[in-house]
Amino acid sequence: MDLLIANDVVKRYTNHLALDGVSVSVPTGSIYGLLGPNGAGKTTLIRIINQITAPDAGQVLFDNRPLQADDILRIGYLPEERGLYKKMKVGEQALYLARLKGMSRRDAMAQLKAWFTKFEIQAWWNRKVEELSKGMAQKVQFIVTILHKPKLLIFDEPFSGFDPVNVNLLKQEILNMKAQGSTIIFSTHNMASVEELCDSIALINKSKVIVEGKLDEVRRQYGDNIVEVAFRGDPAGLQQALHGEYTLLQQKEQNGIRKATIKITEQKPANHLLQQLLPQVEIVGFNEIIPSMNDIFIKLVS
Amino acid sequence: MNKIFLIIERELLTRVKKKSFIITTILVPLLFAGLMVVPVLIQGVKDDERKTIAVIDRSGLAEKALQNSGNFTFVFMPDAALDSLKQIFNRSNLYAVATIGALNEKKQPDIDLYAFKQPNMDVQRYIERGFKDAVEQHKLASYHIQGLDAIIASIKTDIRLKTFIWGKDGEEKATNTSLYMGVSYVLSFMIYMFIFMFGSMVMRGVVEEKSSRIIEVIVSSVKPFQLMMGKIIGIASVGLLQFVIWLVLTFGIVTVMQGVISDPAGIENIAPAMPVDDSIFSIFSMLGSINFTTIILSFLLYFLFGYLLYASMFAAIGSAVENEADTQQLVIPVTIPLIIGIFLMLHAFQYPDRSLSFWGSIIPFTSPMVMMARIPFGVPFWQVALSLSLLFATFIGIAWVAGKIYRTGILMYGKKPTLKEMLKWINYKN
Repeated sequence: MDLLIANDVVKRYTNHLALDGVSVSVPTGSIYGLLGPNGAGKTTLIRIINQITAPDAGQVLFDNRPLQADDILRIGYLPEERGLYKKMKVGEQALYLARLKGMSRRDAMAQLKAWFTKFEIQAWWNRKVEELSKGMAQKVQFIVTILHKPKLLIFDEPFSGFDPVNVNLLKQEILNMKAQGSTIIFSTHNMASVEELCDSIALINKSKVIVEGKLDEVRRQYGDNIVEVAFRGDPAGLQQALHGEYTLLQQKEQNGIRKATIKITEQKPANHLLQQLLPQVEIVGFNEIIPSMNDIFIKLVS
Repeated sequence: MNKIFLIIERELLTRVKKKSFIITTILVPLLFAGLMVVPVLIQGVKDDERKTIAVIDRSGLAEKALQNSGNFTFVFMPDAALDSLKQIFNRSNLYAVATIGALNEKKQPDIDLYAFKQPNMDVQRYIERGFKDAVEQHKLASYHIQGLDAIIASIKTDIRLKTFIWGKDGEEKATNTSLYMGVSYVLSFMIYMFIFMFGSMVMRGVVEEKSSRIIEVIVSSVKPFQLMMGKIIGIASVGLLQFVIWLVLTFGIVTVMQGVISDPAGIENIAPAMPVDDSIFSIFSMLGSINFTTIILSFLLYFLFGYLLYASMFAAIGSAVENEADTQQLVIPVTIPLIIGIFLMLHAFQYPDRSLSFWGSIIPFTSPMVMMARIPFGVPFWQVALSLSLLFATFIGIAWVAGKIYRTGILMYGKKPTLKEMLKWINYKN
């Protein structure tokens, strides 16, 4: 089941094509990483989902029907470029933004009080935004984004400007939202947090989706069929066992254990290699090397 | 629809709660009223102290000229020396010493007034007036013409032209052209100022939302056009609220002032100090000939529609820039018609029925100012109706165009666009 499906979305600005036939499917209840270099078209896609702009062609389905005007109330969006009214008081402003998302005053007030207590920022309620630090203001903004318990949450670089403690707090809240059934689109350049949080990803480059799928599958797909063997014994025995059928990429020794990275092929899979190695050396570890998202990103984009 | 009310509410409340709003709305009219009322009240304060003035007269006219009054007692001491009076001045409870010289070749006396403290204006005026009358009488008498007083009195002339307007149902109304000119000038200038003031308030609000980057958060909840119209209407409510408060305060003040001035005791108090100027009374009575209901109603409509028209353009300009300084050039095309309106108004309040005034008051961009200048003189209803409908229709058209520019502009960061680029945004498909 996919909560959000974009079909062949095209968006053209005067002198460039921002989205060129983009199709993505965001599974319900997952965290979906939207990746891509700057200017790839991620923000345009996010704006189309938020109905801030309309696509020139293509269709966006939300909950299996075309996106409607009031779907906006079921989406929470934290843009990368975010801000608050500087002269307005924090509580008043949070209340206003929550009501713009269709919450009643009473409901919004109750929820806000709960969140302010949870984040221990009750003291900020009557302070003006201009008195807050950037990080503090972002925390308020995060609360406002998730307050109306939207089905779909879109976070664009949510952790920028936060210290590590608050990054963890936010990650925890994002995982909580997921546990409660929200679907989350997560756009970032921080690949470590993608690996940590995302279930699926789409990589957009030059206005096109170049990879989409479950995170594990994507990583495996872009693995180079390299395995790492940890063993005790004679390196020469290893060499012998490879028979020239496998390429030894690297070998190093650490605390009496040798680690060798070896390229395998489809004709000569991992099991075959193990059979060759077993008589020669004592194997202590064997694992496939999966590339990091960072490596995949750089490989695909450059 | 509910959301636009939320936006209006926020725009209104955040501004109304500001100190500057409270100050300009309440304190300014009070201050203004204070400036008008206080001098009148001060003049009305009666100086109850009886003042004794010693008079050393060499003219022989003093006893005739200086009659004792409620406030002043004159003691005639023709033989006293000024120096000796100076010696006993404080002990004898004198207020001042007046020396009246002998009549000179113009048959006028030199009058000097001595005291240790500056004598007040009332005393000086009283003495001057008394001698003016006495000397005139004396001069007249010196001609030895029988009945000259009566002749003089009979040739005194005061000619005043009164104008009357015939109404449709045959009644006559007293009018006053210079009063109408004053009213029309003030009204159209106020329209101009209000449109400018509240229009640029809209522009600043838009720039603020863009530069603080809250805009993207908000347009993910409401349509840009809703946000724009919410802001425009919200600020219009600020203006209307301010206007209503001013109106109420002004009516209160005028009523109080009329009370003070038409109060017989009040007049008596002012009268000795100030020659009774009946123009003040005639202004009040002439004001009665102005149809305030029509004026206030048309002022409100022209302010509202004119503001809506210009505020839409101001909003479009605000959407294109990231800080207020960048608005200066872009705003010129919007201010030019406003300024043309002011120039036409300067013509119209003198010549309300010339064709330039007529067209200026029909063409939407200048009509709020120019029509407001014409209205105190009386304008046929169809002209007002036509002008208002055109103004409103233009607002709808401009708001539509401005909305297109706005929704593209608010998400554009980077290079400051030219007007030409902004006009291209109208055709963007969002």
